[in-house]
Amino acid sequence: MKIGVVTFPGSLDDVDARRAARLAGHEAVALWHGDHDLGGVDAVILPGGFSYGDYLRCGAIARFAPVMQEVVDAARGGMPVLGICNGFQILCESHLLPGALIRNDHRKFGCLDQRLVIENNRTSWTSAYADGQEVTIVLKNGEGSFVADEKTLDMLEAEGRVVARYVGNPNGSQRAIAGITNEAGNVVGLMPHPEHAVEDLCGPGTDGLGFFTSLGAVGLLSA
Amino acid sequence: MARVVVDVMPKPEILDPQGKAVLGALPRLGFDGVTDVRQGKRFELEIEGELTAERLAEVEKMAETLLSNPVIEDFAVRVVETDGAARS
Repeated sequence: MKIGVVTFPGSLDDVDARRAARLAGHEAVALWHGDHDLGGVDAVILPGGFSYGDYLRCGAIARFAPVMQEVVDAARGGMPVLGICNGFQILCESHLLPGALIRNDHRKFGCLDQRLVIENNRTSWTSAYADGQEVTIVLKNGEGSFVADEKTLDMLEAEGRVVARYVGNPNGSQRAIAGITNEAGNVVGLMPHPEHAVEDLCGPGTDGLGFFTSLGAVGLLSA
Repeated sequence: MARVVVDVMPKPEILDPQGKAVLGALPRLGFDGVTDVRQGKRFELEIEGELTAERLAEVEKMAETLLSNPVIEDFAVRVVETDGAARS
């Protein structure tokens, strides 16, 4: 599949995300924040970093980048979209996902190998995992605390839309939520970084690769 | 010309780690008696021409769309100056 990775001014992990996509057997396509089309890609990744310097709120300015209008339309049409870290924040600001990410409750930037439980393996991005599988991938953020009102949290739980949950709670996220999906399961937001756990050489292992190989599996199934 | 101020504050039920940091710093500096601190943002908008009801409604829209995130923040819009004269 062709996976587009958007680079905003201030994106950091776009190159790693493209590399992870290639390692999973996909063609990686670099997209620019000012683009008005998605270049014929089959899926989009919004990578981590500090788009527009995190000015105003994380993801608040990126949401209005020209390429995001295309991404929002494509996501509503069913295209798989994965937002990692800052990408998750952008998806929340875009209202593609509910809730918001605020500053970690301990007020420090956290950078660690984090254990997660994959609680929903029916999304476009998690089908390569077993239900309830425990994985270790990198978590690095200053504003990764997931918040939403009780009603929204109950709805996410009831509909099985919590994709990944922290083992322990490294940043004060409500109900230890690390990642969620939309109703259709094509849009996933994830605070930890699977693209940093795709090779044995660096990072905590290859547990993150599944997020990128899942896409091929779903693509083949639906083809 | 008119100046419109938009105050954006974290919702009461949302944890405000920055406010907490300030609250923690005050007693260390010898300032006692503060029981809570919430930190927000203040935007000052200079509005061209006459400030009509429509323009003010537009500012509300700006505040809702960009200046605040209604999921975690409340905002308040107020006019502080019109034609250079302070409003009482």
